[in-house]
Amino acid sequence: MDTLNLAWLLVAIPLVSSAVLLLLGRGSDAWGHWLGVLASAASAVLAIVILVQLLGLGADDRTANVHLFDWIPAGDLTVSAGLLVDPLSVTFAILITFVGTLIHIYAVAYMSHDVDRRRFFAYLNLFIAAMLVLVLADSYALLFLGWEGVGLASYLLIGFWNQNTEYAVAAKKAFVMNRVGDMGMLVAMMAMFATFGAVDFDTVFGAADGAGEGAMTLIGLMLVLAACGKSAQFPLQAWLGDAMAGPTPVSALIHAATMVTAGVYLIVRSGPIFEQTPTAQLVAAIVGAVTLLFGAIVGCAKDDIKKVLAASTMSQIGYMMLAAGLGPIGYAFAIFHLITHGFFKAGMFLGAGSVMHGMGDEVNMRGFGNLSRYMKVTWITFMAGWLAIIGIPPFSGFWSKDKIIESAFVGEGWQPWVFGTVALVGAGITAFYMSRLFFMTFHGKARWNDGKNDLPGPERTPHESPALMTVPMIVLAIGAIGLGGLLTIGDSFVTWLEPVTGHVEHHEPVLPIPVIMVTTIVLVLLGAGLAWRQYAASAVPVAPPTGSVLTRAARADLYQDAVNEGVFMRPGQHLTRTLVYTDTAVVDGAVNGLGSGTLGWGERLRRLQNGFVRSYAAVMLIGVIGALVVVLASRV
Amino acid sequence: MNAALEISTGEAVLFWVLAPLMVAGALSLLFAKRPVHIAVSIAGVMIGLAVMYIMLEAPFLGVAQIVVYTGAVMMLFLFVIMLAGVDSSESLVETIKGQRGIAVVGLLGLLILVITVLTRASLPPAVGLAQANADTNPVGVARLIFGDYIFAFELTAALLITAALGALVLSHRRRLSPKVGQAELAEAKLAAYGKGGSAEGVTPPAGPGVYARHNSADMPALDAAGNPIDDSVVTVLRVRGQEAETADLDADRVARIATGAPMVPELDGAERADRAELDEQAETTKENEE
Amino acid sequence: MSLVNYLVLSGILFSIGSIAVLTRRNAIIAFMGVELMLNAANLTLVTFGRLHGDLHGQVIAFFVMVVAAAEVVIGLAIIVSIFRTRGSASIDDANLLKS
Repeated sequence: MDTLNLAWLLVAIPLVSSAVLLLLGRGSDAWGHWLGVLASAASAVLAIVILVQLLGLGADDRTANVHLFDWIPAGDLTVSAGLLVDPLSVTFAILITFVGTLIHIYAVAYMSHDVDRRRFFAYLNLFIAAMLVLVLADSYALLFLGWEGVGLASYLLIGFWNQNTEYAVAAKKAFVMNRVGDMGMLVAMMAMFATFGAVDFDTVFGAADGAGEGAMTLIGLMLVLAACGKSAQFPLQAWLGDAMAGPTPVSALIHAATMVTAGVYLIVRSGPIFEQTPTAQLVAAIVGAVTLLFGAIVGCAKDDIKKVLAASTMSQIGYMMLAAGLGPIGYAFAIFHLITHGFFKAGMFLGAGSVMHGMGDEVNMRGFGNLSRYMKVTWITFMAGWLAIIGIPPFSGFWSKDKIIESAFVGEGWQPWVFGTVALVGAGITAFYMSRLFFMTFHGKARWNDGKNDLPGPERTPHESPALMTVPMIVLAIGAIGLGGLLTIGDSFVTWLEPVTGHVEHHEPVLPIPVIMVTTIVLVLLGAGLAWRQYAASAVPVAPPTGSVLTRAARADLYQDAVNEGVFMRPGQHLTRTLVYTDTAVVDGAVNGLGSGTLGWGERLRRLQNGFVRSYAAVMLIGVIGALVVVLASRV
Repeated sequence: MNAALEISTGEAVLFWVLAPLMVAGALSLLFAKRPVHIAVSIAGVMIGLAVMYIMLEAPFLGVAQIVVYTGAVMMLFLFVIMLAGVDSSESLVETIKGQRGIAVVGLLGLLILVITVLTRASLPPAVGLAQANADTNPVGVARLIFGDYIFAFELTAALLITAALGALVLSHRRRLSPKVGQAELAEAKLAAYGKGGSAEGVTPPAGPGVYARHNSADMPALDAAGNPIDDSVVTVLRVRGQEAETADLDADRVARIATGAPMVPELDGAERADRAELDEQAETTKENEE
Repeated sequence: MSLVNYLVLSGILFSIGSIAVLTRRNAIIAFMGVELMLNAANLTLVTFGRLHGDLHGQVIAFFVMVVAAAEVVIGLAIIVSIFRTRGSASIDDANLLKS
């Protein structure tokens, strides 16, 4: 188990690198980005070594607790910082470090013109370290540390170009909405401490059976809230679209592949808790289903390429949440989809970044078109991702998403029908909007000014990106093509996760599996065909048409921001204003009144204190006479 | 048990003589201007009080009153007055606003209160100290002081010692510069003279009154030019205006002093012959000896 | 003639002393007022001692005298040292207590 004991290096290497980059400052500008890449790559190599070592062990031995140090010795609560190395955490570690390293490499080129590239890499390394802490933690407390760490890194990276006020506001929005979820996490931990007296996984999961359902439901719901905040699930999803303000590598790494999936990880990791509370499970599934549709609808209307991808991410994570909410039968598929999604969505984000790179940072898809001629590599890699996400066999997405749809149909009562239908319809809509994105960008007529046509806008000279950018895209595209099928062979991935998710007997869906599969593919083809007819075969207007009510609503994120503002922000502002007024008028008024009253009386009384002994003597004499009069009066 | 006290007519007369005097003396506190007058008046009040103590069958206390208050405390007051403010006759104008009003109100209040209480109080018949003073008053008091009150008495001893030490500390002035003695003073004067300063202190000042007439101390000495030297007359006489002028002398005497002629009275002829004869005899004696 | 006369005299003397303290600015004079008040009190003590045929009054008066003597010594020493440092024996000049 030697290598497993070195698991702490996974976290330490990027953390040290980040600290070095931040502390050395401008001195490390010249080589800082390569140090960042190296740190990430070292972690990736180590993760692979650990993976190999775990694969060499029996299924039951694939869990290792690496105790690091006693972290919080506080009375009854002793939290030790330790790492939990098991199939689930190692899977995540691989995803984070491998995709992370690719994106690091990509960013070397993508950020080459930015004066603050070193700082960017420092933040990226910080993110890698924090995310690894999150997934490797052996207690909720340490997980929370990583949870906040990725939140911080996310905030720093979204607002990386904080000279732009809008971006800074977006970063703040993400930060604040994440805090709402963090509250859930904190309350969940408090409830755990109250119920079990501990927050480490072993104790909590071991005692979960015996705990009351009320407590477990509270913990479960709070964990779902936490997951909603971090994974941009309904109703806390509004920040993800704005988070696209960050540089594209950030969007790819944090807001597509890794951080936003932390919520799914949290729920899968907390499986033993959710098993005790069907309510929370159901809530998680409903949240997932709602977000799935929500993201898909929003994705259909957006014209900003990155925002479409963000909506798609939201929707795909909705799938994962739905799967996670289905219980043990869904856990493995949730993680499976998470992994494949990590690859193809990261690849597509990088592709989008490449397109932006070639098109002068233009993000409006209505200003693209026919780019396949100019960016062959980007086009092909993006196509791989596109086929994967809409679920065309044998691309990765098909294997994972299909399993989730199947699982959604498992069960009794109304639930399989509702969830299954939602998942099915979602797949169709996904096919539509992803195809829309793909066709609008790479096919159809060119809608940008190439210097020869008389289209408005600045002149564009689309070109392929340098190898530093294309190579990561190619690698991710390979993953998008083959990873799903590879891991499905012999159910190897599901088996691999069994020590964590538990073995699940095969359940028959309410519909026969072939029916589901065929329906899915038909819906997908329908959606893609509709998109082809509308956005590739016919001309796309440069100016967005007014559209139907639904389109307009979807463009405005289904008025989620307005709802948030109306329901939470405005009353909150009124509340704070009232509180401030109360504070100034009543509390401060009383305090200040007391103060000024004292001052005024003091000013008046001060005149008595004129410093003349004779005056004091006079007061004394008057006092004595008065006292004597009182005494005598009381005796008469 | 005891017969009621009879107050003799003599005592009453003495009281009525003394009391107004004492009140008058006390009122000097309020109206007199010079501290010395007040101190003496209060000393008188103290003596009156001593007499009253004796009238009140407390001869020991009366004597102690004279010794302690009149003899020690008031004299101490006089010392301090001499030291600190003998010539400061303060104005009686009040500077603190309303102080005088308060004082008047206080005075009236106190008087009315005290007199009302005393006149309305139902005091028991007076007993007198005839029994208590059976072995003479000092013995009676001593029995109490050295009996019941011995501890308090010892404490007062400590108190007095402390007070003496405290007064010593309070009035002690720490020397900030080295003490200047006679030797240092003389050196300083010589050094000043050496630098061209005045010769004062180096040569003794001129003495007054070389012309004995009636009171030479009031007569200034004359310098070589015949001008009077003012400093030669003591300050007190000059301040009092009792200094004599050179003009008081007759003119030819002044002139003779100025010319340096011998101060020999005029001799008539016979006297001159006698003198010449005497001179002659002296010379012959001289020659004989040789 | 009764012993009350002595008491009234004592009251008058006490009042005069206290008013002297209030009105006179010269510390020495004010201090004499204090002495007068003490003596007035002593007179009361002695008078009541005679009234009750008890020597305790005289003993207390004796102690008052002793304490007053000590107090005078200290008080005058303070006045002298203030006079030396501030060149004034006026009570009103010693008003450093005022802010």
